[in-house]
Amino acid sequence: MTKMYKIEAIIKPHKLSEVKDALEEAGYPSLTVTDVKGRGQQKGIVQQWRGKKYCVDLLPKTKIEIAAPENKIEEIMKIIQSAAYTGEIGDGKIFVIPVETVVRIRTGEQNGDAL
Amino acid sequence: MLKKMEKLNRLPIVTFVLLIALVSPAFAVTADENAASIEEVKTTLTFMWLLLASGLVFFMHAGFSLVETGLTRSKNTANILMKNFMTVVLGILVYWAVGWGIMYGADVAGIIGTNQFFLAGADNAIWNSWFFQMVFAATGATIVSGAMAERTNFKAYLVYCVMMVAVIYPIYGHWVWSGADMALLSGADSPIVKAIGVASHDFAGSGVVHSIGGYSALAGVLLVGSRIGRFKDGKPIPIPGHNLTITFLGTLILALGWLGFNGGSTLNANDPYMNLVVVNTFLAGAAGALTVMIITWIKTGKPDPSLTANGLLGGLVAVTAPCGSISNWAALAIGLVAGIIIYAGVMFNENKLKLDDPVGAIAVHGYCGSWGLISVGLFSIGIGNGILADASYAAQVPGLFYGGGISLLLIQLVSVLVTMVWGFGLSYIIFKILDAVIGLRVSEEEEIAGLDISEHGIRAYPEYLMRED
Repeated sequence: MTKMYKIEAIIKPHKLSEVKDALEEAGYPSLTVTDVKGRGQQKGIVQQWRGKKYCVDLLPKTKIEIAAPENKIEEIMKIIQSAAYTGEIGDGKIFVIPVETVVRIRTGEQNGDAL
Repeated sequence: MLKKMEKLNRLPIVTFVLLIALVSPAFAVTADENAASIEEVKTTLTFMWLLLASGLVFFMHAGFSLVETGLTRSKNTANILMKNFMTVVLGILVYWAVGWGIMYGADVAGIIGTNQFFLAGADNAIWNSWFFQMVFAATGATIVSGAMAERTNFKAYLVYCVMMVAVIYPIYGHWVWSGADMALLSGADSPIVKAIGVASHDFAGSGVVHSIGGYSALAGVLLVGSRIGRFKDGKPIPIPGHNLTITFLGTLILALGWLGFNGGSTLNANDPYMNLVVVNTFLAGAAGALTVMIITWIKTGKPDPSLTANGLLGGLVAVTAPCGSISNWAALAIGLVAGIIIYAGVMFNENKLKLDDPVGAIAVHGYCGSWGLISVGLFSIGIGNGILADASYAAQVPGLFYGGGISLLLIQLVSVLVTMVWGFGLSYIIFKILDAVIGLRVSEEEEIAGLDISEHGIRAYPEYLMRED
């Protein structure tokens, strides 16, 4: 049985459509997208309100979740990395997490068949 | 060809003139009757202009609602809209029942009006004046609502609003605008006016409306305290508002309203200085906004939008008292200084006094209102002088910068002092009583949940996920 993984990518919100399109073009249309907040080592950015500076220490980010079998993981990671890349601080992270079971709710199919 | 056309064109006119000549004896009017008709038209024009101006001032309540809503958080939107809305509703009813009578009823000792309650005995002219004065009265309370936004008990605010329109505003208004001989700050027989030698002047209410509102707001902010999280170890922490789009729309609506506020305060559609008033009004507003933009740009590295919007209002508030008594250049100077006052005032309130005024109402209406009163004593040209040769409604004598000495400045300073003592003092007492009887502030849980849910059981934006930070 092939191992399954979930890819969780935290990216800049404005990069979502590029990533989505690149994945779809390569044959990976299925994904879940969530608006999230977070920060990395730089701890956010400084904004201004009525003449006073204040730190926004949690920045809006977009989280993409994709489940895929082992042999596809490398390709998907590469697609996301190149499409979400700007070279600036805050481009985000990709996590790959092993998945034990997948069930398609409509049919009851499991694992590889459910993806 | 052309000439022939002209001749043809003239034919009907000639016929008409001949016809009139034949029948005219039947319509002969005397010079007196003619003059009377002209007077009637002038009166009608004034009625029409005041109705229109009242409409513009009424619309300012939409402006206040939007400015206040945009500068505060989304979880308090419905509450702020309700406060502004009910201010109008109560303003209409209370000013009809009580406020007008106290402000313009038969004078007692220059202190208070005592009849015409419920507009008893009113005629066409009084109904017209009432409507114009009513839309001003509610403004004072609205100023307070913004300064105390996001943490004030709705019920307590409603009671305060009634007190403002019934007592605080009309009594001070009586002292300045009632026209009574004894009227404390403006009547010829008032002991104060006699002692200083000249009546105070507040054209459209830098003091009557704005200072009174602003210093009442100061009392309210002081007693209700800061929003949770506004200061940390005595250091101010910004709480950004949720919608600058409506704040700017509201600011422009307020500016439009000032066309009626100041333009209408000529109280006469035939006043030859109405247009000077309008030009001065907008010059000062623009100068105020530009000044604040430049200051914030220099001070923080970026031009600050909401303070710049405050700058426009600060200029408008300041010029409201002097706009019929000054030159265009003076209006620019007054607006410029108002801009400085806005920035310095907002920073002073926040950094030194540790006051939480989310919309800047104390600086805009209180401080700039006072500056407006003072500026009359500095820049007034004086009735009968220079461009004011034919003026009837302006400060009587020249100000300090126009060779009039200090007497006008002195009575204007007295007015400033009175607005502070009356607006702040009386409001302080009223808020203290309300705090004891009803409770001025919502609970901590209610404040955190937002006043929309805790006071009104609703979200203003139920279908949108708003960022809470």
